[in-house]
Amino acid sequence: MTLTSGLQITEPRPDNLVLSPVKQSGLANQMKAGLDAPICLTWELTYACNLQCVHCLSSSGRRDPRELTTEECEAVIDELQRMQVFYINIGGGEPTIRKDFWHLVDYAVSHGVGVKFSTNGSGIDAAVAKQLAESDYVDVQISIDGADAETNDHVRGEGSFATAVQAMEHLKDAGFEGFKISVVMTRHNIPQVDEFKAMADRYGAQLRLTRFRPSGRGADSWEELHPTDQQQRELYHWLMDRPDVLTGDSFFHLSALGEALPGLNLCGAGRVVCLIDPVGDVYACPFVLHDEFLAGSVRDEGGFQKVWQESELFTELREPQSAGACASCGHFDACQGGCMAAKFFTGIPLDGPDPECVLGHGEEAMDSVARASVSTDHSRTKVVLGAKPVT
Amino acid sequence: MTLSAFDADRAYRLHEQVALRPEPFGALAYHYGNRRLNFLRAKELVTLVESLDDHESVRAAFDAAEINPRRWPSFEKALASLAASDFLVPEESVAA
Amino acid sequence: MEPTELIDETPVDTVETDEAELVEEELLVEEISIDGMCGVY
Repeated sequence: MTLTSGLQITEPRPDNLVLSPVKQSGLANQMKAGLDAPICLTWELTYACNLQCVHCLSSSGRRDPRELTTEECEAVIDELQRMQVFYINIGGGEPTIRKDFWHLVDYAVSHGVGVKFSTNGSGIDAAVAKQLAESDYVDVQISIDGADAETNDHVRGEGSFATAVQAMEHLKDAGFEGFKISVVMTRHNIPQVDEFKAMADRYGAQLRLTRFRPSGRGADSWEELHPTDQQQRELYHWLMDRPDVLTGDSFFHLSALGEALPGLNLCGAGRVVCLIDPVGDVYACPFVLHDEFLAGSVRDEGGFQKVWQESELFTELREPQSAGACASCGHFDACQGGCMAAKFFTGIPLDGPDPECVLGHGEEAMDSVARASVSTDHSRTKVVLGAKPVT
Repeated sequence: MTLSAFDADRAYRLHEQVALRPEPFGALAYHYGNRRLNFLRAKELVTLVESLDDHESVRAAFDAAEINPRRWPSFEKALASLAASDFLVPEESVAA
Repeated sequence: MEPTELIDETPVDTVETDEAELVEEELLVEEISIDGMCGVY
């Protein structure tokens, strides 16, 4: 099924094309050097989850007994307030499973930290939706991976689509405009982009499409599920046509195809964003839950602020990065060599090409490398694509 | 959001729901009400924005800031775009 | 006074005379979506 598009879909052009003067704006260059505090960050509150999505980036399922206590979470929020972090993206696992979840959301909001939380919808009934609609500083993001139950539940488990839609209905009925519907784009659901947009329009929500990375359980199914080259090109043009669709800046590797997509167009990990995990570990981003990208812990002396400002990992990430193997490619300015999580978990060196490099350099690079395996796995059971979904 | 065009002869102030966070390049500005994020890319612009509610007009604030007058068009454009996204609001006129 | 950055996306009209009657188009405010940073949910 082809995407509807009035545009010509062009092949990636050879290196002798005339690029616009400098693809990377001065702003992006300043961001790469890092800031004294994140602009926003992701905070996975728990590894517990009532679902077992096949490609879960955090390999969630079982609660970790070392989870931060309520008091520890409040102390982190206090720090974020002092650092003037504007906004946190709370996720998990399924964050609403934590008994203190709503308390922590209130605590954050009353301490000057805006909240968006990401949920499979199971914690959102009519009453909750009504309260959320009345709150100014709390945003909600419903995760789905298909525009119909069959496509969605294949990845997220039987009944998960119905649960998500029910939550959307409640939010709409409660008058919550502009909540987010977030989809991870795979080979199976890219053909459904128009339906996702229609769904968002129907519920008065904002559509958000994000990149599928070989992270967490995603590593096991990435080769089968990641988009084809043709699908990447179609998606790029579809997004360029719809600047109101959010992407979390997750497709900046596609900017080598032409004009840059909206957003900073750079890897924010350790520079403008990071991740705090359920046990207080601080990683560069949610897609690299691995010792290699562990910066420190909020439980260390000096707390989160010290990790953000002084950790070895983040200091290293804020240094100018070499183009490495991509130095001779005229597109490096646009794509920045792509996503380090995608490279790390497909075994490509970090100064090599992105595995989904639009010029095909990633495929060459993957031929003879060994994949890294996950360091943290909180899955309840082994989750296999194609097996009968288990809730 | 105000429907009227930006008028440099009026007084403006920062919207109370905007947080201004100083940075080496200038400042980050985040509007908690509409969730928009702006990068202010010059220290002088940040100082100017912070001084707006001390003056009777934007133009007066700019003059007092002693910024090179040739840069006024760029500054006016910047302030207008902040007003357009509700980061700056016209100061209500106060009885003298 | 700190130098102001010129942004490539903005057309830069620079007209120089001996006494630098310099007119620069500076982009002093840039809006990025709060969703526009890679590495968050």
